[in-house]
Amino acid sequence: MATRLFGSGIRRREDPRLITGSATYTDDLTLPGMVHAAMLRSPHAHATVGTIDISRAQASPGVLAVYTGKDTSDGLQPMPCAWLVPDADLKVATYPCIATDTVRYVGDIVAVVVAEDPYQAYDALDLIDVEYTALPAVTNPAEAAGDGAPQVHADVDKNQAFHWAVSGGDVDAAFKDAEVVVKERIIQQRLIPNAMEPRAALAEYDQASGDLTLWNTTQNPHILRFLNSVVTGVPEDRARIIAPEVGGGFGSKIPAYPGEFITVFCAKQLGRPVKWNETRSENYQATTHGRDHVQEIELAAKKDGTITGLRCTVWAGMGAYLSTAAPGIPTILHGLMLPACYGIPAIKEDVYGVYTNTTPVEAYRGAGRPEATFMVERMVDRLAGEIGMDPADVRKKNLIPAFDDGHDTVTGLTYDSGDYPTALDKLLSHADYARLRAEQATARKSGRYIGLGLSTYVEMCGLGPSQVAGAIGFQGGLWESAIVRVHPTGKVHVFIGTSPHGQGEETTFAQIVADEIGVGADDVKVIHGDTDTTPMGWGTYGSRTTAVGGAALAKAARKVRDKAKVIAAHLLEAAVEDMEFADGKYSVKGSPDKAKSLAEVALMANVAWNMPANVEAGLEASTFYDPPNFTFPFGAHLAVVEVDKATGQVDLKRYVAIDDCGPQINPVIVEGQVHGGVVQGIGQALWEQAVYDDSGQLVTGSMLDYALPRAGRLPEIEVLSTVTPSPHHPLGVKGIGEAGTIASTVAVYNAVMDALGPLGVETIDMPFTPERVWRAIQQATKGH
Amino acid sequence: MYPADFAYYRASSVQDAGRLMNEHPGAKFLAGGHSLIPLLKLRLAVPPALIDIGRIVDLSGVTVANGRLRIGALTPHAEVAASSDVATHAAALADAAGQIGDPAVRNRGTVGGNIAHADPASDLPAVLCALDASIGIVGASGDRTVPASEFFLGMMTTALGEDEIVTHVEIAAGQQHGSAYAKFPHPASRYAVIGVAAVIAADGDACRSAAVAVGGLVPAPVRASNVEQAVSGEALTDASFAKAAQRVGEDLGDEILGDLFASVEYRRAMAPVYVARSLSAAAARARK
Repeated sequence: MATRLFGSGIRRREDPRLITGSATYTDDLTLPGMVHAAMLRSPHAHATVGTIDISRAQASPGVLAVYTGKDTSDGLQPMPCAWLVPDADLKVATYPCIATDTVRYVGDIVAVVVAEDPYQAYDALDLIDVEYTALPAVTNPAEAAGDGAPQVHADVDKNQAFHWAVSGGDVDAAFKDAEVVVKERIIQQRLIPNAMEPRAALAEYDQASGDLTLWNTTQNPHILRFLNSVVTGVPEDRARIIAPEVGGGFGSKIPAYPGEFITVFCAKQLGRPVKWNETRSENYQATTHGRDHVQEIELAAKKDGTITGLRCTVWAGMGAYLSTAAPGIPTILHGLMLPACYGIPAIKEDVYGVYTNTTPVEAYRGAGRPEATFMVERMVDRLAGEIGMDPADVRKKNLIPAFDDGHDTVTGLTYDSGDYPTALDKLLSHADYARLRAEQATARKSGRYIGLGLSTYVEMCGLGPSQVAGAIGFQGGLWESAIVRVHPTGKVHVFIGTSPHGQGEETTFAQIVADEIGVGADDVKVIHGDTDTTPMGWGTYGSRTTAVGGAALAKAARKVRDKAKVIAAHLLEAAVEDMEFADGKYSVKGSPDKAKSLAEVALMANVAWNMPANVEAGLEASTFYDPPNFTFPFGAHLAVVEVDKATGQVDLKRYVAIDDCGPQINPVIVEGQVHGGVVQGIGQALWEQAVYDDSGQLVTGSMLDYALPRAGRLPEIEVLSTVTPSPHHPLGVKGIGEAGTIASTVAVYNAVMDALGPLGVETIDMPFTPERVWRAIQQATKGH
Repeated sequence: MYPADFAYYRASSVQDAGRLMNEHPGAKFLAGGHSLIPLLKLRLAVPPALIDIGRIVDLSGVTVANGRLRIGALTPHAEVAASSDVATHAAALADAAGQIGDPAVRNRGTVGGNIAHADPASDLPAVLCALDASIGIVGASGDRTVPASEFFLGMMTTALGEDEIVTHVEIAAGQQHGSAYAKFPHPASRYAVIGVAAVIAADGDACRSAAVAVGGLVPAPVRASNVEQAVSGEALTDASFAKAAQRVGEDLGDEILGDLFASVEYRRAMAPVYVARSLSAAAARARK
């Protein structure tokens, strides 16, 4: 029996080059004659721009060119927004690549310098004199939506970028008849994605042929090729976009940015390759941020814990401009998930997208779904507290029973499959929840504050059916493609339209192909991230690479297998109907020694000396796969914390994650994805927050002030799983990239509030800095 | 990083470093670079020249001789943290050195650079004050030694002259005491929000004498003399430490530092907590 590679925790083939430093990132590339760009960015959050004197910069050593918005306004069209959410009164404000008359956030580009070396370029930035007249700024989305707030765009009244609503069921009746209503105002603070590699671009333009090659830190090179044609005017057939090694994105490398297009502009103008590599400070200021919601929520329920309705209003900060996919995140990817794993029967949400004088907000790991999960899971715990029921029991009471082929929600989604009660039961028994509760009670008697926090979630992954994409205003498709090409020696090239950048699909996709056609994983090379060599695809985000791209690949591999069977039958002089693919061989049923290996078939297919009638030479297949539905992974997480009452410090003592992403192609990679996701979610609960002051300056402008999670502050994360296949995916898989982040923030939040419950603390804004926790304790215990 | 243009010189000896500094007014000495390079990166420091003293061989290492623990200025924090001599004679210093930044910072950052920079949130100044360390200095006008309590004058301000270099720190060895450092680290920078070093000499179950120095929340480390007096002669119990620690407010002075992460009020409230914790940890070692 051949060993099945699907399900095997083989080592990631990406790791040796990443660990030893031989991987090639955009900034590692050097081309003959290459010059360097640096961006002059606005130091003001909101100001009008008067004269810009570039004469001293132009005369600075090594400087080739200085361009301002006036110079680029013909050559660079405004940045397009590509998720035009319908029925939302969407107002897409003009987003110029280089600001001309007004700057709208600290980091808005006002000029670019190109010089022979980057030091000369940065020196010249200091020599550009810009006449700014500062204007009042607004940074908080709820304040920006209020009367009298500074206007970010003159033509967008009350800064309202959109108003989107979703409803289902009779929410008014649910609240009218409610026996219990709990309310809360939650701040989903703004986060900075912090990919290890900042963004970079290298543009090479041949003025004779009009051919452009753009190396860029993107999660979706094919989308970028399209957007590049819109902004820079380089037609799609003349533009080759390459995503070389990309050092993480977490959503921040989905959007197109002015930086890469300005780099293209400079390369076109100068006829020399131009590299632009942002600094970490620029990354903090001008690479998109995540979250930034102000949420007001009410949950209706019966006294026995049955949830009957959810009503909420969200003000979602969009930043100064609408980034590529931004409008879809606090709406489609957020509101539609509010029925959660409980199938809440009545939902009403209003979402106001609001312009503020801040860095544009985009997808950040989980993208809308963590913010939705947080709302629901926090309210479940509030309900538990209100009716005096254990939070685990409230969840058990409300979870949708197991289903394997569809559950419709009031927001119009159909969950594909799920077994939420089993995931929760497994979590509670593995963690020994009853014992933890007993330990908590004992600890309280000695003045120690231990808290348990649960989070049960379902998420929407594998974006998605293209027909749905059209209906929700996504200005593209969401299918995926794959080509499987078998060479004469039986070695395989796989070309995919998605663009992995750390997730490990070079390994897992080889595992898929190996099993499907009968080769070793090492016989399969996965090629991605180059629009000239890979088939069209929509990119890597939203936990869709395996959920959609993996399905395309499995189908393409099966086409190869079918053709290999036909050729093997011919070579073995057997009927095709009598052939089977077993143990990695193409054999005659009942005669296992009458068999051909894939390599034998591939050699004949490629030399084509002796082919069956009407069968083309070659052994290759491609598939364009449009999924019939999203996939819906789910799980149950538990955090255990201890709060130091004297200082307010929170110690995360234990974390248990049960996730169900369907069958796991590589459980070691799944575990890694869960670890990373969980830690990013914990970061939001405990440490991370992008802070602007009243004038719109980013106060947390570096890693000295913005606190990222550190290994030393984290416990060993216990990763377990259940396996519920998706009924519609060829391999049953669902996606795991975002699950940890979606579940963990609120698990930790609930744990801290559970710890502080006896002290009477009900709400604290994230992150739980020691001072905030200490103040909440002081406030609650005042006079006690 | 793209700093402004600067010239670079490498000093072969302490004397050479002094000569280079005289030739290049406004230059900065570069040791491990962990304080200076971030300033260069942001162009907050724009020196015309850097004088690299990092390869002067006789400035590095930990030794014990003539009853003194001596730590060369170029000794990296990781070496201090791992030194058995430091653990034996100045445990609080080992505690503090092991909590500076992260492993990369501890491998490159140096004791001399750290104290010459005198960041108020730095760990070593308070420890050196509590341990009554002396700081060896060399400059154009010769060698001198300054007690730690007279070395740290204020925020980023020391007794060092423009052309002077820290050569070493010295601490009395073989003392019958226990010392410890209790730190509240900033979650991002790992600098001390509050850092308290305590030294306790035990007399049975009582405190014969104590030295306590507090850093992080003040511009320069302060000796908590009210706490020291309050704890001396008292029983070595957490209750007496907590009581004595309440006196730290009288020692801190009026200028308390606050920031986005931890306000003045909060830091003031946390100071007694960390004073008590450092006393408790020092006492545990003093009893052994």
